[in-house]
Amino acid sequence: MTKTAVKTKKKNEFWERNKKSGGYLLRKKIMDAVVSICRFILLFGLCFMILQPILNKISVSFMTEQDLFNPIVINIPEHFTTENYKIASEIMNYSKALRNSLITSLTIATLQIAMCTLVGYGFARFKFPLKKFWFGCVILVILIPPQTIASSLHLHFRFFDVLGLFKLTTGDTINLRGSALPYYLMSAGCMGLKNGLYIYMIRQFFRNIPEDMEEAAYVDGCGTLKTFIRIMLPEAKPILTSCFLFAFVWQWTDGFYSKMFLGSMPLVSTSLARIVDSLGAYIQRITGVKTTISIAYSNAILSTGTLMIILPLIIIYLFAQRSFVESISSSGIKM
Amino acid sequence: MKKQKNKLAGLQKRKALSGYLFILPFIIGFLVFMIKPLFQSLYMSFCTVELGSGNFNPIWTGLENFQYAFAVDPEFNRLLVEEITRMMIYSVAIIVFSFFVALVLNQKFHGRALVRAIFFLPVILSSGVILGLETDNQLMATLATQIEETTQNISITGALEEILRTAGVGVRAFEKVFEIIDNIYDVAIASGIQIIIFLSGLQTIPSSMYEAADIEGCTKWESLWKITFPMISSMFLVNWIYTVIDFCMRSDNEVIEKIQVVMIDQMKYGRASAMSWVYFVLILAFIGVTALLISKEVYYYD
Repeated sequence: MTKTAVKTKKKNEFWERNKKSGGYLLRKKIMDAVVSICRFILLFGLCFMILQPILNKISVSFMTEQDLFNPIVINIPEHFTTENYKIASEIMNYSKALRNSLITSLTIATLQIAMCTLVGYGFARFKFPLKKFWFGCVILVILIPPQTIASSLHLHFRFFDVLGLFKLTTGDTINLRGSALPYYLMSAGCMGLKNGLYIYMIRQFFRNIPEDMEEAAYVDGCGTLKTFIRIMLPEAKPILTSCFLFAFVWQWTDGFYSKMFLGSMPLVSTSLARIVDSLGAYIQRITGVKTTISIAYSNAILSTGTLMIILPLIIIYLFAQRSFVESISSSGIKM
Repeated sequence: MKKQKNKLAGLQKRKALSGYLFILPFIIGFLVFMIKPLFQSLYMSFCTVELGSGNFNPIWTGLENFQYAFAVDPEFNRLLVEEITRMMIYSVAIIVFSFFVALVLNQKFHGRALVRAIFFLPVILSSGVILGLETDNQLMATLATQIEETTQNISITGALEEILRTAGVGVRAFEKVFEIIDNIYDVAIASGIQIIIFLSGLQTIPSSMYEAADIEGCTKWESLWKITFPMISSMFLVNWIYTVIDFCMRSDNEVIEKIQVVMIDQMKYGRASAMSWVYFVLILAFIGVTALLISKEVYYYD
């Protein structure tokens, strides 16, 4: 039998079945087709809407200044240039800021997740008095916007002292503002960016692991800490990686904590926030004349800078998309 | 017999102790970096803070800072009202939108993983500083006005808006809806995590329920309200709280910006603390009331 013969046979069968069902089959087929077409248009539109700013930034970042004012040029630059990247990287002090951001984000994310894992495990697996109360505190940490305590933290670290010890010995408090130490201390105490959320997610994950494994380990004479490191940590690898990724990414783009504690260190997030102001100073330094920069041009530079900063994130996302998405759905968030 | 009981109590005690050891970092951090600053900022909100060399001394002034925030400061009241109404409207819009998208993504079709990945992308990219920079992107704004000028306002939504407006039914309510539709991008980029949470909730509903309802003659529309809604109602609570909190902490939040200006640029720590406490208490009260209302409707299957 040839292919066409099979096709015609199938077609005939379809009409036959349609007849038997009283037209229901045909109606259903048409309905399905209509639904999937509508769905495609809708989802395509929404996806395009989300991706469009990024695509737009890419095209703008390769344009020269005259292309920006040319009404004919919309997406494809007429004068292709990589000059914007050079200027943006110079203004942002890119290589240095990138290195700083990389080191800071990596160390802080590692510290935060290590601490949050300990705490999450403690909440998931042990019974102790006041457990409900302390877990309520975790929820409170999620709920309190860090801005509320910002002013007092600001002063806290401006005049830092541990129980008055420094005042006694040196006669003065230490100014920790501008150094990264306070933020590391806070991360060690699980009070960094969105740390309450990580504790919650990790606890939820540990709770779903069957208790038999631990009990077996205890019976075999494994101590609490050893059980945790040898048995539970390898089990929790997926949630830990994805929490780490979240911590890294959110630290990378964070402006609030970076501005408050790491302000003096050039980081990609803080230098991006300043890029438009720095552009004026940069142009003035080069030409020696105070010039006003057109909105279009400063925005092109801003787009270029944004692209340069999110590029590492896009690469991470391409490789680790699954663990980002699945950690949230697997943590089974329920009240 | 008695001895054995004692031993068990000893084991429990040991476990409790190690439990406390595990959460010790949190307790220390919570007390030092959360409770202490929290009370300090509460105290400072009743004070005028003077910065001296080597120390700062708050001077008790009572309710003056709050009076200043509400009665003297020209912006604070307006920003507060604006920001909170914006938060309510957008949170509702985000919940509705993400529920709808999750319903669509729960169906089977090709490229589902890709669409899901794209919807989740803004969680990674539009966070922190980038979000704040994107909102005041003037290039996009000029582009939009240019397009509007060249097309002379001829668009489907524009025409629809005209028709509905002249029909004159609930004009005010419609205007908010139009505003949201115009800003659908803001809604879409803020609903990445919510979509995933809804989706994971939808996937836990056993398909046998739908089949049974189908056989009993239940239409798709009815089973949406009678099965899907109750089954994922707890997700609504989670998502609602998450959305509201997320909205409060966004970097383009005007109240927060105002507080930061008062604190860092003007060095008025007392006033900034008072403002942030007002904001914080309002938000917490809002979350508490709405969460209570929603949790009454939540249905637990098991």
